Amino acid sequence: MSNASSNIPDDITKTEKAAIKVAEPAQQDRREAAALEEGKTVGIPFCENPKFQLRNVEVSYGDTPAIRNISLDIARNEVIAFIGPSGCGKSTFLRCLNRMNDSIESCSVRGSLLLDGEDIYDPRRDVVELRARVGMVFQKPNPFPKSIYDNVAYGPRIHGLANRKSDLDDIVEGSLRKAGLWEEVKDRLDATATGMSGGQQQRLCIARAIAVSPEVILMDEPCSALDPIATAKVEELIAEMSESYTIVIVTHSMQQAARVSHRTAYFHLGHLVEVNETNRLFTAPEHELTESYITGRFG
Amino acid sequence: MQTANLLPLVLILAAVAFWLSFQRSRAVAAPLGGVRHLKALPTHYAARAALWSAIPGLVLLGLWAGFEGKVIHSIVMASLPEGMAPDSAGQASLLFTQISNVARGSLNPDLAPEAVVQAAALLENLREQSRVFKTVLVILVTVLGAAFAWFRVAPHVNARNSVETTLRRIFFVCAAVAVLTTMGIVFSVIFETIRFFGRVPITEFLFGTSWSPQTALRPDQVGADGAFGVIPLFTGTLLISVIALLVAVPTGLLSAIYLSEYAGKRARSVIKPLLELLAGIPTVVYGFFAALTVAPFIRDLAESIGLTASSQSALAAGLVMGIMIIPFVSSLSDDVINAVPQSLRDGSLALGATQSETMKKVIFPAALPGIMGGILLAASRAIGETMIVVMAAGLAANLTANPLESVTTVTVQIATLLVGDQEFNSAKTLSAFALGMLLFIVTLILNVIALKVVRKYREQYE
Repeated sequence: MSNASSNIPDDITKTEKAAIKVAEPAQQDRREAAALEEGKTVGIPFCENPKFQLRNVEVSYGDTPAIRNISLDIARNEVIAFIGPSGCGKSTFLRCLNRMNDSIESCSVRGSLLLDGEDIYDPRRDVVELRARVGMVFQKPNPFPKSIYDNVAYGPRIHGLANRKSDLDDIVEGSLRKAGLWEEVKDRLDATATGMSGGQQQRLCIARAIAVSPEVILMDEPCSALDPIATAKVEELIAEMSESYTIVIVTHSMQQAARVSHRTAYFHLGHLVEVNETNRLFTAPEHELTESYITGRFG
Repeated sequence: MQTANLLPLVLILAAVAFWLSFQRSRAVAAPLGGVRHLKALPTHYAARAALWSAIPGLVLLGLWAGFEGKVIHSIVMASLPEGMAPDSAGQASLLFTQISNVARGSLNPDLAPEAVVQAAALLENLREQSRVFKTVLVILVTVLGAAFAWFRVAPHVNARNSVETTLRRIFFVCAAVAVLTTMGIVFSVIFETIRFFGRVPITEFLFGTSWSPQTALRPDQVGADGAFGVIPLFTGTLLISVIALLVAVPTGLLSAIYLSEYAGKRARSVIKPLLELLAGIPTVVYGFFAALTVAPFIRDLAESIGLTASSQSALAAGLVMGIMIIPFVSSLSDDVINAVPQSLRDGSLALGATQSETMKKVIFPAALPGIMGGILLAASRAIGETMIVVMAAGLAANLTANPLESVTTVTVQIATLLVGDQEFNSAKTLSAFALGMLLFIVTLILNVIALKVVRKYREQYE
């Protein structure tokens, strides 16, 4: 827990330094600072009838602010990508959406975060139910050291989704099919999941998340530990899943954001700088910080 | 010079060799333009000199200490005239004791036979010579080694490799010492055990249901025939160990789970050291706690509900022993639970599992091999524990499964058999070795099982 709180300030100062080093003219430096000071997000951060309505969200680890006054809507069945340099707060922000930050003692979240109009951080809120609705896939594939079947069946069993064995079998098969894994593993469902390749493990984790029929799937750099072929498969999967789920994906790969997402949000030092249609953000960014980032001037 | 004086002298010489070679390597390096033109660092040359001087000296010293006595002994015994030659090992040792007593001056030479006095003079003479030779040789070897290493300090000589090789061998010797010691212990026990089985048949020992280890001085003595059946001892051991594990495993495991998953930093920093303190309490203190507090309490409690209980009971010993071994279970389990990757916890929590579901279904199975290891360690400890049982469960070898009766264990019997003055030739004393052997085999089997379990599950995650 403690390393989370100590890492973040570290990363921020590193990025700050990098940003300052690259923007050599002092004048530009001031312009960037001014742009951030405004705290206004350019582009189209809001939409009608959103899945998530997030207003004035501030997150800090102890005394170190990680997210400063961010407001954003996430639409139903959209794929939204969060990009930005390391330590910009995009993962922190993502983890607010299903309260995975709860287990970090020093982490505090302020502001209004609504899922379908209901407060995510309401103290009376049932976190179990929230996480059943908002699933998550992590950076490193983390299958449980159990069989492939048990991995997928884990969530349905916990939530009592299947009354009979045959129901459970159906859920497992359906989830593995949706994750594009069924053909590869149908003959070895009892094999241990840790023996699969990295790409298969990550798709298994996606199948595991799908198995509880969530409405939203959060993905925290889901392809960063995978090779290009496995990455292509996961991206394909994201495209298919966007028909039935709302997907929020954090990625370090701008190409990936461009390939899979409808909208892209650019984070910088805890600020949400710009949110725009993905095409527009990568071709004609409105904010100069976004432009600097996507043209590779820093990050 | 005495060995006790030679040992530090050798070390001092080695230190001098270290310093001289260090200086020389710097001196050699200086005209070349610095230490980096040497094949190795000055400390390597110096360490090599120290090793080359100390090791031969120490080895020689060790050999001398090991063989000096035997060589002198055989020379002295051979020098005795025909008529004095002893005809049994016992007589020989008696005679040699007499000779060395005369030599030391603790026996008046006037009272000893002429041959003994002469042998004593020879002994004294040989010892003196040996001392002189030893001193000269050890110092010579040490100095020669140092000198050789000193001359071999040269830019093209790579002392680094020879230091590494020597160190590797030293480490190997240290590891071998541990193994050899274990083997020595095993063999010493095996031989006595075989002698025991020469007197008591092995089947009677393994399958006998009565334990009363005594051997008669006269054939017509009352209760002359002893009984050497280990079953009551092993059931006693088993009973107490099971009670102890029934206390320690749930308590230890659940407290480990609390500490690693639920407790806040502050609670953890207070509770964990306190829990580990339990392991530091001397067993004899646990013993009187068990005997004076727990056992009477259990007796009174049992009587109040109409049961008869002995004032020394397996239950009392087992309960207190269980408390003693809690830290073995909790500390190891805590470590392995903490070693389970956070990503597995996150994965489970993100699926909507509660903390306890995560614990039960993901963390616990992943940590199971380590937890098993802790439990088996605790079990070995419980089986080997003696003092608590002596004080709280008694010495009577009852074959019973009733925890309210007094029982005894294998280790307690070993202790009582060997405490005090014992004749070393009776089945009674030898049975202690057979018990030790059996206990050793049982714990060995437990350890093998533990290793198997751990190996089987080791690669579960990652």
